[in-house]
Amino acid sequence: MKSFTYERADAPAEAAAAAMRTPGSRFIAGGTNLLDLMKLEIETPAHLIDVNRLALDKIEPMSDGGLRIGALVRNTDLAADARVRRDYALLSRALLAGASGQLRNRATTAGNLLQRTRCPYFYDTNQPCNKRTPGSGCAAIGGFNRTLAVIGASEACIATHPSDMAVAMRALDATIETVRPDGKTRTVAIVDFYRAPGSTPHLETALEPGELITAVTLPKPVGGTHIYHKVRDRASYAFALISVGAIIQRDGSGRVALGGVAYKPWRVEAAEAEMPRGARAVTTALLAGAKPTHENAFKLLLVERTLSAALAQARA
Amino acid sequence: MVKVSFKVNGQARALELDTRTTLLDALREHLRLTGTKKGCDHGQCGACTVIVEGRRINSCLSLAVMHEGDSITTIEGLGTPEKMHPMQAAFVTHDGYQCGYCTPGQICSAVAVLNEIKAGVPSHVSADLTARPHVSVDEIRERMSGNICRCGAYSNIVDAITEVAGRKA
Repeated sequence: MKSFTYERADAPAEAAAAAMRTPGSRFIAGGTNLLDLMKLEIETPAHLIDVNRLALDKIEPMSDGGLRIGALVRNTDLAADARVRRDYALLSRALLAGASGQLRNRATTAGNLLQRTRCPYFYDTNQPCNKRTPGSGCAAIGGFNRTLAVIGASEACIATHPSDMAVAMRALDATIETVRPDGKTRTVAIVDFYRAPGSTPHLETALEPGELITAVTLPKPVGGTHIYHKVRDRASYAFALISVGAIIQRDGSGRVALGGVAYKPWRVEAAEAEMPRGARAVTTALLAGAKPTHENAFKLLLVERTLSAALAQARA
Repeated sequence: MVKVSFKVNGQARALELDTRTTLLDALREHLRLTGTKKGCDHGQCGACTVIVEGRRINSCLSLAVMHEGDSITTIEGLGTPEKMHPMQAAFVTHDGYQCGYCTPGQICSAVAVLNEIKAGVPSHVSADLTARPHVSVDEIRERMSGNICRCGAYSNIVDAITEVAGRKA
């Protein structure tokens, strides 16, 4: 691991300002992804700003009936929160499908949104990777890419976003609250949060340098049956090949977001109009324009069948 | 170098460490508490599991300096050969290991798992999210999935944890 200096921040705006003050800074909270990448020297921050002491660990009801989730709320606490289990079960289910108990105890809400891809070529520093080393090429295209993206990818990168939580957040129309180094705050809808890889796959989110996530908010509950189906190579503690997060209403209408297929949680609102016509119609609309590789074309049929199972479960 | 103070197994400890030192390396290399094991060093195997502020974590994926003021319990703090923790005794009774390398992590994790179920934390296999979870083989297997045993002693590990859960109930 490369050496780095370390400081603890006491206030969010102060942390953001500190990040601008010291070049090569990164925020650290749970550290479960960042520290792993630092050991491999994929991440080489010169300075770490420990944000764990910021008072951003509360889950609070909002006046519009929604919920504000502090950036530092641990995945375990968010999944176990009685309001989340009752009103946003999809979020609880998605969190519980991810990682291990030990990791969920440390991993934070903001950190989960910001975790990096698990593309094997991103992790292998002997291989070219445009996300890790811009301009070096992509070894995944034409390589072992069974787990990688089928839609939204580019000539430069076919990585997927690994988060289960983010899939639920996308289906629930979450909004991300931030503070910038100048102390100003702003909100970013999750639909606008992740950047398409294009020719710059190393730029992953709408966050500006030094900008710190302070909370994620959810609109008021939408009811319905909440289902998160994650298909993976092991029964537990593995990343998704694909996942389907669905909220299905009694009248057959609903929302669907997918994990494991793209650089972001994949949701196409227009495809949801097909819900009453069944899984095939929804999947066709949702994955229109998909460009799978010879190794991961199975994901398209897997999405359809997994969504079909979710619809059947909601009807039962 | 950065100064950090925390409590390990009830004892106050003060260290001056390279910022890169993980909690795992601080325990093993600086405090000579070698019960906690380094397996993969990447949060994939669970051998380094310790209990911090009552919660199990991977000590390999946490910097020691991030634990200022924390209370940490390692396998050495759970019990001793003369006075074993009930979970340690149950692992012996049920032969919940072969080589023993993953065992301290398995035991720290298992103790925390039973506390998590008691506290009502749901899991991926809990059928009803709004109900209190109960101890079952499926619940134990799911909750222990972050602890890998290459010898494959899983069925005996589940038996050991089940026995302790039953005794507590």
